[in-house]
Order: sequence, then C-alpha cells, then structure tokens
Amino acid sequence: MSWLLAAAVVWAGCTWAALRIARGPLSRRRAGQVAVAALFGATVLVLWEGVVRGLAVSPVILPPPSAIAATFAGALPVLWGDFVQTILKGALSGWAIGCGAAVATAIAIDRSDFLKRGLLPVGSFMAALPIVGVAPILVMWFGFDWQSKAAVVVVMVYFPVLVNAVAGLGQTDRLACDQMATWGASWAQGLWKLRLPAALPFIFNGLKIASTLALIGAIVAEFFGSPTRGMGFRISTEVGRLALDMVWAEIWVAALAGSGFYGALALIERALTFWHPAQRARG
Amino acid sequence: MRHVLPVLAVVAAIIVAWYGAAAWMNSQWTLDQAAREGRELTIVDIVNDTMVQERPKLPAPHQVGAELWKTVVATRPGSKRSLLWHGWVTLSATAAGFGIGTVAGLLLAVGIVHSRAMDLSVMPWAVASQTIPVLAIAPMVIVVLNSVGVSGLLPKAVIAGWLSFFPVVVGMVKGLRAPEPMQLDQMATWNASRGQLFWKLRLPASMPWLFASLKVAVAAALVGTIVGELPAGATSGLGARLLSGSYYGQTVQIWAALVAAAVLAAGLVALVAATERLVLGRMGMRR
Repeated sequence: MSWLLAAAVVWAGCTWAALRIARGPLSRRRAGQVAVAALFGATVLVLWEGVVRGLAVSPVILPPPSAIAATFAGALPVLWGDFVQTILKGALSGWAIGCGAAVATAIAIDRSDFLKRGLLPVGSFMAALPIVGVAPILVMWFGFDWQSKAAVVVVMVYFPVLVNAVAGLGQTDRLACDQMATWGASWAQGLWKLRLPAALPFIFNGLKIASTLALIGAIVAEFFGSPTRGMGFRISTEVGRLALDMVWAEIWVAALAGSGFYGALALIERALTFWHPAQRARG
Repeated sequence: MRHVLPVLAVVAAIIVAWYGAAAWMNSQWTLDQAAREGRELTIVDIVNDTMVQERPKLPAPHQVGAELWKTVVATRPGSKRSLLWHGWVTLSATAAGFGIGTVAGLLLAVGIVHSRAMDLSVMPWAVASQTIPVLAIAPMVIVVLNSVGVSGLLPKAVIAGWLSFFPVVVGMVKGLRAPEPMQLDQMATWNASRGQLFWKLRLPASMPWLFASLKVAVAAALVGTIVGELPAGATSGLGARLLSGSYYGQTVQIWAALVAAAVLAAGLVALVAATERLVLGRMGMRR
C-alpha cells in the first residue's frame, strides 16, 4: 500500500512541477523542455515500480524497473555478446551493404528515365510490404549465423533507401545543372559536386528509416534460427523461461542501440548538410 | 499511363531473373541426385527438374502460383489448410490493432496540441520511440498476455496497435499544427471558441497528414501482426504459416504465405489511399 501511495505522491508532484514549467517562461528554453521530458520519463519509471510492488504483480508478468536494472548490470557480458552478434555483425553490416547498394542503384538508374519510371513504383510498392517475412527463406539460404541476418537487413533497407535516393537525385535545380554544363563539368563532377550533395537530405532520410528497419530485421530474423547468442535468440528463449527481467534488459539494449544509431546519423547529417535550410533554421 | 510500360518491363525482368535464379539455385540438388544414381543429364533435363522440385531452395513463380491456387481457390475457405482462412486471421488482428492504434493516436495528438505540458513531456518520447525496434517486444507481449488468460486475436492486435500508434501521433501533431498563423488569427478575429477552432480549422487542415501517417500505420500494423504470430504455439495466421514452413522446409508454402502477405499489405494501403482520395476530394483538397 505504501508503495502505491508513494508512487501517487511522486506522480502528483511531477505533474505539478511539469505544469509549472510548461506554463512558465522556462518552457521556451531548452533546459525547461528537457526537464519536462525527463520528469515524464522519471514519473513513468516511478509509477511502474510503485504499482508493480504495491499490487505485488508477479515478476513473470511485469518485473519492476529496479529488478531490470539489476539484471542489466549483472548480465553485462551476455548483453554485450548479444549486442555484438546482432547489432554490430548482423544489423550494421547489412545496413551498410543495403544502403550502399541502394544509393549505387539510384545513381545508376538516374540517367535512364525509363528505368526510373519503372523502378520507382515497384520500389515504393516493395517498401510497403512486410519484407521481414523473407527472414525464414534467407535463414535457410545463408545459415544460422549473422550472415543470414545481414541478408535480411539488406533486403529490408534496400527499397526505402532506393526510393529516397532517387527522389533526392531528382531534386537538383535545373539552373544549377545548366551552370555545371556551362563550366564543362563531366558527368562524374556534376554528380559529386552538385547532385549528390543536393540529394543528401533525402538520402539521410532514407538512411534514418533504414537504421530502425535494420535493427528490426536483425532481431526478428533470429526468431527463425540463430546460434546460441544474439538479441532475438535471447528474447525468444528467455520469454520461454519466463525470465522477463532479462527480456526487458535486452529491450533496453535494443532501445539504446536504436536511439544511438539514429542519433549518430542525425549528427553526421547535420555535419554534412549544414547548408540546408532545415538545418540552418535551428540556429 | 506513362508508368505502365516501364513498370511492366521491370516486373518482367524480375520474373525472368527469378526463373534464372531458381534454375541456378536448385540445380545443385538435381546434380547431386543424378550423380548418386549415376545418370547423365543434359542442360534441358536439369532446367526441367529445377522447376518441379518438391522442396526447392527457390521455388519457381509458377510453383508458388500453383500453391496459391491450391490453398486459396481449391480449398474450402473455412478449412485450416486454406490460405484465405490464415489471411483472414491476420487481417482481422491487423484491422483491430490498426483501429485501436489510430483512435488512441488521434486522442493523444489532440491532447498534445492543446496542452503545452503534454507536448513537452510526451512528444520527445513519442519521437524517440520511433527509433527503437519495438517489434522486439512482440514475443513477450504474446506470452505475458497468454499467461494472464488473454489469447487469440487480442495480443496480436495490441502489438499491431502499438506499432500503428506512434506514426499516427507524430503525423497528426504535425497536421493539427499545419494551419498558418494567419488562419489562426482569422479564427481569433471571428471570436472562434477552442472547439470551433479545432473542428473547423485544425481537423480539416490535418487530413493530408492523417492519411499519410495512416498508410505508414497500416503497413506497420500488418508487420506487427505477422511477427506477433511467430512465437511458439501459434497455429493460425500468415506468420504461423511462415514459421511452420521454415520448420518443415516447405519453401513453397513460405513463398505462398509471403505473396499473400504482400497482397494483403498492398490491399490495405490501397484501401487507405482510396479513402484519402474520396475524403480529400469531398473536402475540395484534391491535388
């Protein structure tokens, strides 16, 4: 009972503080905005802990955050091994191959209007399909280890990046193209110095979508067969043993990896497309 | 019409490449069989055999077509061997989840637009959550809900709803904020109440955003349902067909289930797109 009461008090306190900040002058400042978001996150954690302990919810249904944190800290070597297997080997290598192939294809078909008109509808159609379903097939073809996961990721990220890259390459200003022609620029020079930079905001949009898809693909593909390590393997086996604190720890790893990957891409994008209005507007 | 010929050409190229890959990938098995029996094979024999194998590495398109015909048309729709029945199981969970996720997402978006505190506290998390592979929790949700006695359609719908929830929130917050300051000032000049501002300006202005995010959401809901059907014990739905196919090496069955999932996804997105055309057309916003 005291847990529930404490949780309710913290909830009320945080809500009051968040409302104060949101209505006050601080809400226009970055510090205030971060504080409100952090308060909300903290409230959810405290409520979760309080309700689980207060109502004595069984740990096989929902473990409290403290237990998850303890498992997380205790199982660091295992989690690191899974992270290397799934994220670094499976997702990252597949992401790099898939995105590289997609951008290369976009550059290759960019000169042919016929291919563009044919491939774009097919590409956007494929991008909407539940491609993760090819996982069982690719696991059969490439074996249980990370190669099959990378293959799933390649197929998943290829079409969204292709569609974005083709759209980006079509963004170049007609006038700027003519200017390059006036200067006698070769096709490669025009591509490297004008069209590729102009396409970067679109390509990065595709890369960011692909980063989330890559993690999903690598994890879900492990549900169809994997060596005895990897995040998807761990999640499915620990769910079977009802060791939910370990499952939640893996989910935290996935969340950290996902937001870290995305954040790194956003930083690179900011460094490479500093000239774009969307970046300059932030000041 | 400009697109028809190029698209047909690309699709034809894909089918040709598929046949080529099927012949190449399945030939190893044929050659092994022949070597074991000490037979000599001509190229024609090899190619012919690769098209009709029982468990090919890559089934040829016509084999997948035949399997689809067998399980969709030639089987009674209610039977467990019918792909229509499995597709219906997946479709119903997807639709339920999509409905839950959309309604919840709309409500949260309305709250975020009207409350600065909610905007500041929830919105960063909603955006951040899109970078997280939420699908990883699917098996846990299924098992946990099963252990508290909830099974069948609902657990899958929860996952599908969760996945379609966030695109709708993020898209609708953008959409409800789409009216320009000038239009908002105009409404203030007319002394519009908050309700009038919402129903007569914000909601209509957000429709293009709503449909854009609904297309993303419905595709995500389908993926969520299919992954939700993977954990052990699931016996119905397209995800279960994929899993059992991979257990028993029934590649043709996997491909048939994949095609069915693709048709379902395309149909759902097309349905949303048609609704979009209808609604935007009636509102005079057709582009």
